[in-house]
Amino acid sequence: MSSKAMKQPVALRTFSTIFVVLWLIVAAFPFLWTLWGSFKVELDFFSKADWRNALTGARTMVEHGSAFTSTGYEGAWVQEEFWRAVLNTAIVCFFTVTISLTIGTLGGYALSRSSYRYTFWLLITALIFRAMPPITLVAGYLLPFFEWNLWGILPTTIIVLVAINQPFTLWMLHSFFQKIPKELDESAKVDGCTQFQAFRHVIIPVMWPGVITTGLFSFLLAYNDFAVTSMLLSKENQTMVPKIASFLGTTQTEGNVMFAVAAVVSATAPLFILVMFFQRQIVSGLTQGAVKG
Amino acid sequence: MKHRTFFWFILPTALAMLLFIALPIVSVVTQSLFTPHEQVFKTVESCTPFKCTEATVIDTEATEALREESPLGRFAGLSIYLDRGHLATAEVAEAWRSSDGLKDFFNKLGNLPFYRAMSFTLTYTFVVTPLLIILGFAIAVAVNSLHRHLKGLVIFFSLLPMIVSPLIGSLVLFWMIDSRGVLGTALQWLFADPNLSLKASTGLTWVMLIVYGVWHSAPFAFVVFYAGLQTLPQDTLESSMIDGATRWQQTRYVVIPHLMPLVTFVALIQLMDNFRVFEPIVGFNASAHATSLSWFIFNDLGGETRLLSSASASSVLTILGVAILLSPVLIRTWRDFNEKG
Repeated sequence: MSSKAMKQPVALRTFSTIFVVLWLIVAAFPFLWTLWGSFKVELDFFSKADWRNALTGARTMVEHGSAFTSTGYEGAWVQEEFWRAVLNTAIVCFFTVTISLTIGTLGGYALSRSSYRYTFWLLITALIFRAMPPITLVAGYLLPFFEWNLWGILPTTIIVLVAINQPFTLWMLHSFFQKIPKELDESAKVDGCTQFQAFRHVIIPVMWPGVITTGLFSFLLAYNDFAVTSMLLSKENQTMVPKIASFLGTTQTEGNVMFAVAAVVSATAPLFILVMFFQRQIVSGLTQGAVKG
Repeated sequence: MKHRTFFWFILPTALAMLLFIALPIVSVVTQSLFTPHEQVFKTVESCTPFKCTEATVIDTEATEALREESPLGRFAGLSIYLDRGHLATAEVAEAWRSSDGLKDFFNKLGNLPFYRAMSFTLTYTFVVTPLLIILGFAIAVAVNSLHRHLKGLVIFFSLLPMIVSPLIGSLVLFWMIDSRGVLGTALQWLFADPNLSLKASTGLTWVMLIVYGVWHSAPFAFVVFYAGLQTLPQDTLESSMIDGATRWQQTRYVVIPHLMPLVTFVALIQLMDNFRVFEPIVGFNASAHATSLSWFIFNDLGGETRLLSSASASSVLTILGVAILLSPVLIRTWRDFNEKG
């Protein structure tokens, strides 16, 4: 707001500030509350007696002698072997992102540099695939995967996630490559490079911002997926999100909700850090499609 | 780019999509036309020294042989689509005949599982989408008037509800609105009803899921609109001010028209994403009161008995629903592409 005429009247400014503060509370408070509560015992986090117990940890004090306890985390990580799920998630995310970026960059680059009609049809097909809920495909996977003994293992899930990721990756990288001037690789070809050499020596050095942004979204998709991972992974190969879902079924009855709470906090922490470091890329990624129209 | 080079560049990604998206669709459609074999029975006579009894037992060998011969099962045509678990044509026709008035008819329709899932999915999609656009717009306008040092911080916290896995996000809210959780207690106190529980009533469960949906997706709309506000034409805004436009008129006639293409974009993306609503129902443990199409498929697939045929039929119906939702986008993209030439 540069000019004086743009200055808002005090009442309006107060109102909009209050609104933003309210929104911040709505957006962030649930996470802070859960983080705080994850260090309490269940009777404090779900307090029938007094809601303030969740803040002060009255029962936690009685049971553990301190207002904070890590029993929830111990239960989840050690007893329920949540570390295994963390490891699986790391493997799945790493390979999904790497593979889908590798083949996505090649494809996206080709789509942005070809002017034939079939590129349009490929992109439209990708758009349709992007719109389909992944769970609708799962019924199609199960029978062949059982038949060929591919069900339940990580590589299968990784490949499926890569494929489900592709439509989105292609669209994003396609629009990103279109912003890189065609003259760049054309001049390289004039100098005697083949198309692949032009890609290798001219495009790869300048494409990283777009690839990193796309990679972030591929990562989020793999990290957050529940429908595919919960249907395609066997119990010992589960990633974090289906593991948390399975906590709900088994531990809620045993009164170990705090395991699930601790696991939820553990699974949110990496995302928190991710947003902290890559906020700019995430925002630009979200708006990229929009600005293009 | 030459066809040949293009082919080699696109091959890996095309192959991945072909094998793991296109083929599964074909296989889902095929499976939805078949149902598992019935078991083959045979009569055996077992004789004791005094009398002989006839018993019917399952002929495991014959059943196995039948399964071996055609693993898909027997051809069922469209019957799975029309059975009680899906489109339920017979039941719908019956309800139409026997019910007095539309209200009664829709009540009866609501008892059929597929229509129940459909009605929640559609309600969710078409209530959440406009609400999140309005909320996102309001936040974007409010944040835009903040001091620039604060903006980054606000954006950081705003991204959180969107970036966490839907299942985790819904669990976090679910624990808070539990009748023993902090929000649940607050609501009980607010309405002076110590037995108030959001989980117990269908209406409140729907409201809860919709609130979650808005909370989860509003940040996306906010970020997109916020970026749009940065490119707002200042000249137009200033000239409207010279012409005496009030603040509200500026917003109505300059800001909103400028953001309109973005509104379309957000609406389309969110229609697609909200239509697949699924994780919140698991997270909120709400399946007794609200089911969605995706949850419906998931439910068929899970558990000991994997009802592949039934899940496949629901999948095909869901895909058709997505196609109908998506048709405006497709037509638009088609037009854009033709204009570009």
